[in-house]
Amino acid sequence: MAILEVKNLSKTFGDLKVLKDISFDVNQGEVVAIIGPSGSGKSTLLRCITMLERADGGEINVCGMNMMKTEKDKAVFAPKKILRQIRLKIGLVFQNFNLFPHMSVMQNVIEAPTHVLKQTKKEARANAEKLLLKMGLQEKAKSYPCELSGGQQQRVSIARALALSPEILFFDEPTSALDPELTGEILKVIKELAKEKMTMVIVTHEMAFAREVANHVIFMDGGYIVEEGHPEELFGNSKNERTKQFLQRYNS
Amino acid sequence: MSIDDIKNVAEILLEYLPNTLKLFAWTLVLSVPVGVIVTFLKRCKFKPISWLTNLYILIMRGTPLMLQIIAVYYAVPMLLAGAKRSGTENWFYTLLGKINTRDESYMFIALVVAFVLNYAAYFAEIFRGGIESIPVGQYEAASMLGMKKRQVFFRIILPQVVKRVIPATSNEVIVLVKDTSLANVIAFAEITLKSKQMMNTYSSIIPLFIAGLFYFVMNAVVTVAFAFIEKKFNYYK
Repeated sequence: MAILEVKNLSKTFGDLKVLKDISFDVNQGEVVAIIGPSGSGKSTLLRCITMLERADGGEINVCGMNMMKTEKDKAVFAPKKILRQIRLKIGLVFQNFNLFPHMSVMQNVIEAPTHVLKQTKKEARANAEKLLLKMGLQEKAKSYPCELSGGQQQRVSIARALALSPEILFFDEPTSALDPELTGEILKVIKELAKEKMTMVIVTHEMAFAREVANHVIFMDGGYIVEEGHPEELFGNSKNERTKQFLQRYNS
Repeated sequence: MSIDDIKNVAEILLEYLPNTLKLFAWTLVLSVPVGVIVTFLKRCKFKPISWLTNLYILIMRGTPLMLQIIAVYYAVPMLLAGAKRSGTENWFYTLLGKINTRDESYMFIALVVAFVLNYAAYFAEIFRGGIESIPVGQYEAASMLGMKKRQVFFRIILPQVVKRVIPATSNEVIVLVKDTSLANVIAFAEITLKSKQMMNTYSSIIPLFIAGLFYFVMNAVVTVAFAFIEKKFNYYK
C-alpha cells in the first residue's frame, strides 16, 4: 500500500520554478533516497510534503488521505482537521536538529506525546525511555541539548519524531551538519530503522549510504526527477548522462 | 554640614524613599505587560494597527520622558482651560473640574501613566527583538510535532524569549530607578526633590550626594537580582 503518493507536484518561488512535475510513490516499509546537486529542489520537495511550504500544483496523498490537489489550476488543501491528522502521520528530521534548547532530552521527546497526543506523562516517559535506549541515549535523558554532541542531538531529534509513531519519517540531509564520525552514528540508526521496516524518505549526500540502505533512489536536478530506480541500477548502471556526471564525483 | 545634619538629611530622604520606590514598582509591574501587548500590536498582521503602534513607539522613544511627564500632568488643567474658553460644559469636564492637580494621588497617577507609556515602548522593542531572534527552525520543529500555534508560542518560543531579553531588560530597569528622579519636575515629593530642597536649607551639595547614594544602593540591589535571575536561566544555552 502506498503511504505517500505525489503526483505532478510543482512549486514556484517568485519567478523561479523549483519543482516541476514531480511524481513518485512510497510504499509501506520502503526506504527512498533522494539525491541530487544543491539547489535541485530536494529539500523543497520534502518541505512541500511535510507542509512547511505550500505546493502550488499537483496532488499529495498520505495514508490514503488527500492533503492537496489541483482544481482549475489552483492548489486546494484539505480542511484543517484532515491536515492535522496527516501531520501526525509524518515525521521530519531536520539537518540542524532543531531541538528545543530549554528542554531536557526527555522533555524534548515527551513534549508532543503529552501535549499533542494527550498521553499521560507516565505513558509518554515509558515510551521515550524505550526510544532513547534504542538510540543509545538512555543515560542522556536528563541532559540538555547544549551538552550533547551533534550526533547525539540528531539521535534525540529522531527519537522525538518517532515518539509520535509516524507512518512515514522524512530526513532532510540528516548528516550534513556532522563530521564523518558522527555521520556514521546517524547512518547506523537509520539502518536499524530500515531493518524494522520503518517507511522513510531520505534526502542525502551520502551516496554509499543511499546505495546500501535505500530500496529506491530518486535523482533530482533542476526541479525535475531526472532518473529513479533501484540503487544498484542507478548507481552501477545508469544510462542517463546527467546522472552519470553527478555520480562520477562520488565514485572516483 | 555636621554629622547630625547628614543624619537628619538621610532620615528625611528615607522618609520619602517609599514614594520613589512606589513609582518604580508600579511602573515596572504595569509597563512589562503593557509592553507585551504593544509587541503584539506591532506584530499585528492588520497593517494600520502595526503602523499606529510604530508611531506610538517612535514618539515615546523620540521625545524626552520629562516632557511626557509634564504633558500628562498638565493634560487635565489644559483640557479644562480649553473648555472654559469655548464655554463647553458636559459631565466629562465637570468630572475633570473636580480633580485637584496638587493632590498627591493625582500627581502619582499622572506620573505612572507617563512612565508606563514610555517604558512600555522600550520594553516592547526589547521583547520584539527577543521574539525575532528565535530561529525559524524552532517554529518548524514544533509545528512538525503537531503543536498548535498557542502551544508553540507559550511552550517553545516564550521560555526562550524570556532568557534572551533578561540582559536588555535589566539595563532598562536600572535606567528606570534613576528616571524616577524626573518626577521632581512636577514637584512630586520623592528623594531628588527633597534633596534639592535640603541643598537650599543647608547651603550644601551633600544632600545631593546622599540622594545619589540612595540610587546607587537601589541599583546595586537591581543588579544583584538580575544576576541571580540570569544564573537561574543558565542551565541551557
